[in-house]
Amino acid sequence: MEDFINNFAEQIDETERNEFSKDTKFKDLDEWDSMIALSIIAMMDEEYEITINGDDIKNANTIEDLYKLVNA
Amino acid sequence: MDKNTFSLDGKTILVTGASSGIGKSIAIACSNFGAIVLLLGRNINRLEQSMSLLNGKGHSYYSIDLNKSEDVLNLCNDLPKIDGVVHSAGIVESQLFSFLKEDSLRTILDTNLIAPVMLSKHLIKKKKINKESSIVFISSISGPAITYIGNSSYAASKSAICGIAKTMALELAPKKIRVNTILPAMIETELIDSIDSSSEDIELDKKNYPLGGYGSPEDVASTVIFLLSPASKWMTGTDIKLDGGLTLR
Repeated sequence: MEDFINNFAEQIDETERNEFSKDTKFKDLDEWDSMIALSIIAMMDEEYEITINGDDIKNANTIEDLYKLVNA
Repeated sequence: MDKNTFSLDGKTILVTGASSGIGKSIAIACSNFGAIVLLLGRNINRLEQSMSLLNGKGHSYYSIDLNKSEDVLNLCNDLPKIDGVVHSAGIVESQLFSFLKEDSLRTILDTNLIAPVMLSKHLIKKKKINKESSIVFISSISGPAITYIGNSSYAASKSAICGIAKTMALELAPKKIRVNTILPAMIETELIDSIDSSSEDIELDKKNYPLGGYGSPEDVASTVIFLLSPASKWMTGTDIKLDGGLTLR
């Protein structure tokens, strides 16, 4: 989980790593936009070989929700 | 606005193809405007020679073949953080389209397109490029604007660079990293010798330029300085034509 949060935080420049937790509602972040969503999709493919799409992002609220997709 | 608007003071600038021609002039100009310059090239002796022409301290050079992806990755790990990248490395090979060889097409695309693009990608991914940096690709008038007989592979590589540069500009804008290209027409460098034209043909060709003759490497370097400096901080995704008026006719 920590590793996943690290990889997630890596995609978002302006927010410090220590502000992220499994309960972070990532879509509420100031920087959240469609390009960061694409970065997350690409990161999950590259790091975890998991293919997710925009709907998966839409249906997820917290970082943990996304993490569950990795282990689904 | 004062003259600092055009200064590169305190900036670290990476220049590829810095061992000769346009890249060498760019490296020298960057040092004259206050930058610490990281020179990339293949030939160590010529890199050392370029280094000896730089102003100021703190410059360094790296001998590397940018087509070797593992070497590029290692280099990216070793590099300090940078504020600007100038992709000046490139090759020309003249081949009539009906004689086009797949190998030579791939060789040109590897060096002129894949290598600079992947170097940029690794630098971004490894967070070596600071916010508000500037990335400059030396494209060409040949491809994006006009072309020459026998120049299909080269023109393809240079047009492709412009397409990628615009996409990079859009995606990197949130980090205030700017990406622009320069489209020079003929510049007097040793590359001209690799074009299959007689010296009479070249003298005749120079008459096509309303501003009189070919450009100099310094003409390209001064446009690069503008693109690296805060003077162009609102410019991104732009192709700057630099052609002595050639395409006006």
